[in-house]
Amino acid sequence: MSDSQLATTSAPRVHAAEPEQNYLNCSRGFWSWALTLDHKRIGVMYLAGVTFAFFLGGVFALAVRTELIAPGYTIMDADTYNQMFTLHGAVMVFLFLIPSIPASFGNFVLPVMLGAKDVAFPKLNLMSFYLWVTGAIFFVAVLFTSGLDTGWTFYTPYSTTTGTSVVFATMGAFILGFSSIFTGLNFIATIHMMRPPGMGWFRMPLFLWGLYATSLIQVLATPVLGITLLLLIVERLAGVGIFDPAMGGDPVLFQHFFWFYSHPAVYIMILPAMGVMSELFATFSRKHVFGYRFIAMSSVAIALLGFLVWGHHMFVSGQSRLIGMVFSAITFSIAIPSAIKVFNWLATMYKGVIWLTTPMWYALSFLFLFGIGGLTGLFLGTMSTDIHLHDTYFVVAHFHYVMVGGTLIAFLGAMHYWWPKMFGKMYNEKLGAIGAWGVFLGFNLTFFPQFVLGTRGMPRRYYNYEEWEGFESLHFWSTMGSYLLGASLMLILVYLIQSLVKGKQAPVNPWGAASLEFTTSSPPPHFNFDVTPTVGEPYDFDDLVFDAKTGGYVRQEARNS
Amino acid sequence: MSSTASAHAAHGDPHGHGGGHSGADHESAHGGHGSHPSYVAHHFDTAKQQFDTGKFGIWMFLVTEVLFFSGLFCAYLLYRAHHPEIFIYAHHYLDTKLGAINTIVLLFSSLTMAWAVRAAALGQKKVLVWMLILTLACAFGFLGIKYIEYSHKIHDGLVWGRAFNPAHLVEDYHGPDPKNVHIFFGIYFGMTGLHGIHVLGGIVVIGWLLKRALRGEFHSQNYGAVDFVGLYWHLVDLIWIYLFPLLYLIH
Ligand code: HEM
Ligand SMILES: [Cu+2]
Repeated sequence: MSDSQLATTSAPRVHAAEPEQNYLNCSRGFWSWALTLDHKRIGVMYLAGVTFAFFLGGVFALAVRTELIAPGYTIMDADTYNQMFTLHGAVMVFLFLIPSIPASFGNFVLPVMLGAKDVAFPKLNLMSFYLWVTGAIFFVAVLFTSGLDTGWTFYTPYSTTTGTSVVFATMGAFILGFSSIFTGLNFIATIHMMRPPGMGWFRMPLFLWGLYATSLIQVLATPVLGITLLLLIVERLAGVGIFDPAMGGDPVLFQHFFWFYSHPAVYIMILPAMGVMSELFATFSRKHVFGYRFIAMSSVAIALLGFLVWGHHMFVSGQSRLIGMVFSAITFSIAIPSAIKVFNWLATMYKGVIWLTTPMWYALSFLFLFGIGGLTGLFLGTMSTDIHLHDTYFVVAHFHYVMVGGTLIAFLGAMHYWWPKMFGKMYNEKLGAIGAWGVFLGFNLTFFPQFVLGTRGMPRRYYNYEEWEGFESLHFWSTMGSYLLGASLMLILVYLIQSLVKGKQAPVNPWGAASLEFTTSSPPPHFNFDVTPTVGEPYDFDDLVFDAKTGGYVRQEARNS
Repeated sequence: MSSTASAHAAHGDPHGHGGGHSGADHESAHGGHGSHPSYVAHHFDTAKQQFDTGKFGIWMFLVTEVLFFSGLFCAYLLYRAHHPEIFIYAHHYLDTKLGAINTIVLLFSSLTMAWAVRAAALGQKKVLVWMLILTLACAFGFLGIKYIEYSHKIHDGLVWGRAFNPAHLVEDYHGPDPKNVHIFFGIYFGMTGLHGIHVLGGIVVIGWLLKRALRGEFHSQNYGAVDFVGLYWHLVDLIWIYLFPLLYLIH
């Protein structure tokens, strides 16, 4: 569906001004996309796919918010409401957030940034994509059967007893898990084995470190989710009873298994986003990134520490107090590498020449929103406060600040940063800034009131609230914010698609970035580079100068010669 | 693909696809220049890089496999720690003799598989073909014996969950019969079933190797696939080596 559509929007772009061949026009037709082994085309197909999933999840979100705008029945009954928030969460997490940045932009730029011709296993890469499509089909099947009302967490024993399509959904998540594992495996192998001469570990752009750390988690955590979901499916179909207390099973075991994956999974979502941020802050401050090694190593530290904190989702599940304290302490320690990154980005901007392009607006939004999201996590990681805040809107606000304020904002930042590279077109910079501000304001209007709602006791996943509880105006403004957010996102979609048709031809290096993908043409040729690139410092901006002829940046020596 | 070759040829880098190189000069590894034999994919510079990358990839895949099984091992450990009596009681139902025979069958198949890898590396086509056939035979033998075991269990009502309805009690067992014995069979069928699926997967990939071996595709410069499948097969055996004592030999 979406890939064929892309093939037709991008194929007829050959006109006199761009005679060279690139990855978009080097071959044509549906099958040249559907069976492509080119990481760039796979990245583009993923981009179309995850964007579609995001809009699907977004429709559910607007339904949830609209229902909550006022007490009582607004547009749907309670059962439908349960389905809506479940599908919203499941689609957003499994179909959008987990694959979002790595599978689309990671696929596209990882080999190019590295100076390689492709990822290590191109066929596996295509297979990941089709696994993603298959998983998506299962989720759509849920929609057309009896829906899903378990919440995205599939907690037993409810998930083994409800009448909704749990098997389709868990099958879908299981298959998506393999898609994610194969992407991670491919990236790790590529980074280890495909670096050209001169590309040492510490010469890699920080986005690659982010992807590397993400891939480690994908490979080490996702199999556990796989077996957990498989057990859940078997339990539902055959009644094995491993998670069913009525049969001597242990439902808390399910929670342990689930969070053993799903806490690391939140770092699958945020680490690539942090990687994007390192690129954006350095490029748009025109300054060597501050504390390169600290940023690189903190990604790996976050990935590894992330495996040790899953119990902070289970403070009220009856685990022992000692275990709770240990999980709480390790949870705090994870804030250290996160803060290292934030301080290094700030130091990168300090005395830099800050250029407020659309991607940079997103970078600044990220700093602000992720800051709030991360700091509120500490209140949740403290046992005494979490007992009050657990399962309230405070948690909802917390994870939206990190997942939307972090991952989605970085996704949009990456989109605006690499769009000219991917499609060879510039978008309208003014509309870009308006969109970024709209997202920022809409987001805060939606989710800031939810912190307040949570501390005042509004439970999450509730269909209704009463007038006397005093939640009404906060819910009202939150819903208004979600409309503003939705409208801004539509604006972004419109001007980006418009740029494909009407946009100015993009130069090789529109932003004056120093990493390798900005040394090859926009869009890149099929084999990524026409001339084998020389690997340099990824953050050396000193001799990049603006070249009025092309509208982009070139290296000083190159211009003089 | 062919329309793309021109972009690449532009900088004098003759990476033809499927170009007519015949075995002799694979190893002239000069950073991507010079010969590029047909079995080396375009994005690798040398056959060695391709082999090493494949090996790295398969090891990582095996790590994910171990983690995949680890969930079941955790469940095993947890229930065994909390309810040792179930395990001590229920394991008497298992047929240790058949389990032991299957262990030997799989160990033997590991040997033949390792031999197959060696034959492929040395370019001994005939040995390779025979070793793959032997390995396949062992895999089928294993599944056959497993089938016999499973059908006995199912016949005797020794299954998971609410369907558990034993036809007879354990003979030489003293003490009260424990509750929730079905949990053991849930774990038993879960672990051996998942392992069995992996054996089936092994049969598919070894069959694929056999087909390629018969066509003479493997030689000393190109035997990665045999090596990688071999590693997978050893892991499948290794998991059984753990399952056998954990399920059959409980004291
Ligand atoms: C920076 C440090 C962070 C800390 C200390 C932290 C801490 C916590 C804690 C303790 C909870 C459980 C609250 C409860 O259920 O009572 C929680 C929930 C959650 N966090 Fe975080 N978090 C952090 C960062 C992140 C990031 C980066 C993400 C994702 C990108 C994230 C996503 C989530 C999600 C999705 C949930 C809710 C899961 C659910 O119950 O549905 N968190 N966080
Ligand atoms: Cu967590």
